[in-house]
Amino acid sequence: MPSGHMDVSVNQGWLRRTQEGDALVLTAGGRWLVEQSAALDVMVRDVAPEKGRPVRLDLAGIEAMDTAGAWLIYRLLRTLGELGCRAETVGARPEFAALIEQASVNDNPCEIAPPSGNALMRMIARIGDSTLMVFSEARSFLGFFGLVLITLARGLRHPSRLRLTPIVFHVEQVGLNALPIVALLSFLIGVVLAYQGADQLRRFGAEVFVVNLIAVSTLREIGILLTAIIVAGRSGSAFTAQIGSMNVNEEVDAMRTLGMDPIEVLVLPRLMALIISLPLLGFVADMMGLFGGGLMAWLALGIAPDLFIERLNDAVSVSSFWTGIIKAPFFALLIALVGCHEGFQVKGSAESVGQMTTRSVVESIFLVLIADALFSIFFAVIGI
Amino acid sequence: MSERIEPVLQAAPAPADDAIIRVRGVKTQFGTQVIHDNLDLDVRRGEVLGVVGGSGTGKSVLLRTIIGLIRPRTGTVEVFGKNLTAMDANERRRYEQRWGVLFQDGALFSSLTVAQNIQVPLREYTDMPQHLMDEIAAMKISMVGLAPEAGAKFPSELSGGMRKRAGLARSLALDPEILFLDEPTAGLDPIGAAAFDQLIRRLQQALGLTVFMVTHDLDSLHAICDRIAVLAEKRVLIAGSMSEMLQQDHPWIREYFHGPRARAATATNA
Ligand SMILES: Nc1ncnc2c1ncn2[C@@H]1O[C@H](COP(=O)(O)OP(=O)(O)OP(=O)(O)O)[C@@H](O)[C@H]1O
Ligand SMILES: [Mg+2]
Repeated sequence: MPSGHMDVSVNQGWLRRTQEGDALVLTAGGRWLVEQSAALDVMVRDVAPEKGRPVRLDLAGIEAMDTAGAWLIYRLLRTLGELGCRAETVGARPEFAALIEQASVNDNPCEIAPPSGNALMRMIARIGDSTLMVFSEARSFLGFFGLVLITLARGLRHPSRLRLTPIVFHVEQVGLNALPIVALLSFLIGVVLAYQGADQLRRFGAEVFVVNLIAVSTLREIGILLTAIIVAGRSGSAFTAQIGSMNVNEEVDAMRTLGMDPIEVLVLPRLMALIISLPLLGFVADMMGLFGGGLMAWLALGIAPDLFIERLNDAVSVSSFWTGIIKAPFFALLIALVGCHEGFQVKGSAESVGQMTTRSVVESIFLVLIADALFSIFFAVIGI
Repeated sequence: MSERIEPVLQAAPAPADDAIIRVRGVKTQFGTQVIHDNLDLDVRRGEVLGVVGGSGTGKSVLLRTIIGLIRPRTGTVEVFGKNLTAMDANERRRYEQRWGVLFQDGALFSSLTVAQNIQVPLREYTDMPQHLMDEIAAMKISMVGLAPEAGAKFPSELSGGMRKRAGLARSLALDPEILFLDEPTAGLDPIGAAAFDQLIRRLQQALGLTVFMVTHDLDSLHAICDRIAVLAEKRVLIAGSMSEMLQQDHPWIREYFHGPRARAATATNA
């Protein structure tokens, strides 16, 4: 029973009970230390004298004791007291007696965790909480949006308040550094699209229309959507984690007391950087998608580059490109707002940083997809 | 350096088993910044050693080096007569449970309540049943002078001084043989600080603890430290009793132990 790392076999703690006339004699000995406390706890609990029976507790055999052991002895004495047994303690070394005294002085039970109610109530409360949270989140997000817009307007009126250096820094972080992964993934998607599309179109003998498929889907939807999702996962989460840890360390409060506006210092540079970077990344994604598709069309389907370009010209116009890229700044706005907003929602603990980061990514991808759907409806209505 | 003072300990080497911590020739370095150079220090079994030194002289770094969080560039650190720098992680664990550490800022786990923080080492190293862990946690909370309400609170809901006490309670959870304290009384009110000193003293006597305490608190140095080690010039300049400190004429040591605050502390503790 004692945990394996100690050679306790020789001097484990023990507690024996014997009779002496009317009285119960409890003899304790060995090592009453924290490693043995699980076993000692059982022995101490097994002592159950009849009410009012005199007890003598002989501690002379105890070789070593720490606060855990002292607590067990004290608790034994307390239980005996509660049962009305007249307990007499003998033989304790003075330093052990002092420890037992310590334990008795510090017998102040306390709550271990905030009260949580029973399971059913907890579940109902959780459902209620989550429902209310959807509304309060939406409200708080709208409020945050408004605050950012006001700060942005102020910034545009006094451009000196827009901090150029952090904007450039964040453009590097969210834009430049994301370039390789965005380029690679959109290239691969282009390849897959060409291959799968051609497979289907071949049945109608319309392989060459694979170019239309690649061009329209990449430029209008996939290029920018893929970029937005990568950026939400990569940078939206980073925004939340950065602002969240600053919140935990009271850095945000410190900033306020220094007369700096956290929205201006933390949110605007990230927002501007993302609004600048996302369209550029989207452009790269478009080009790499077309390149991947074109390469696949050439290698696997024998559509030569000049034919590809010619078909491309027929299939899409510049407006197809713009209908894709125009969405980028809006997606950027959503990702940056959600990321920063969740960062400010972090409360006190490392765990909360994790929770909010997860929520930030899920929410921003969700909102990006909703926005994309709204754009599609809008474009359909105005007939682009 | 004209004022090189041989540390008292080196002058009269202690018997081998007397030193529970033995630091020899340690050099620590961050990048190009050398923090310690050829540092020697002995901590004797059962003593309270106070470590003093100016801000940024590397007291916290020394503590972290001894407990193995920082690896020295050269030199050895022996604790319990074992060279910890040469040990693998599994072996180290056996020794780590024999000491408790209170970090300068508490270092509580932010997602656990105070009581749960105290139970972490109990759960990790013993097979105690939950009810006993709850009782022990409550006792430790009371021992370090926290109110019972503090048990169910999260670290972010505590004051700085309360966090410190909670950190001490966690470091005491396993009744360690060595207690490392980094400025335990900083941020406590004077009454609380004095009670804290008494608590350390009582525990030290009852449990035979060895205490390695980084402190700037002259009252603590007077009240509970058996010996004082002065960290300066990248090494332990001198280690000895308070009366030895008072006789030194190294300028920093004089300034420290004879300054206005020191005189006040001496007067009250005399
Ligand atoms: N992780 C680290 N990386 C780089 N430098 C460090 C690191 N930790 C400490 N230092 C440097 O080591 C030196 C000593 O730091 P340390 O925290 O030990 O000071 P201290 O003596 O405890 O001071 P204080 O009394 O203010 O707590 C400082 O100059 C600090 O800048
Ligand atoms: Mg320090």
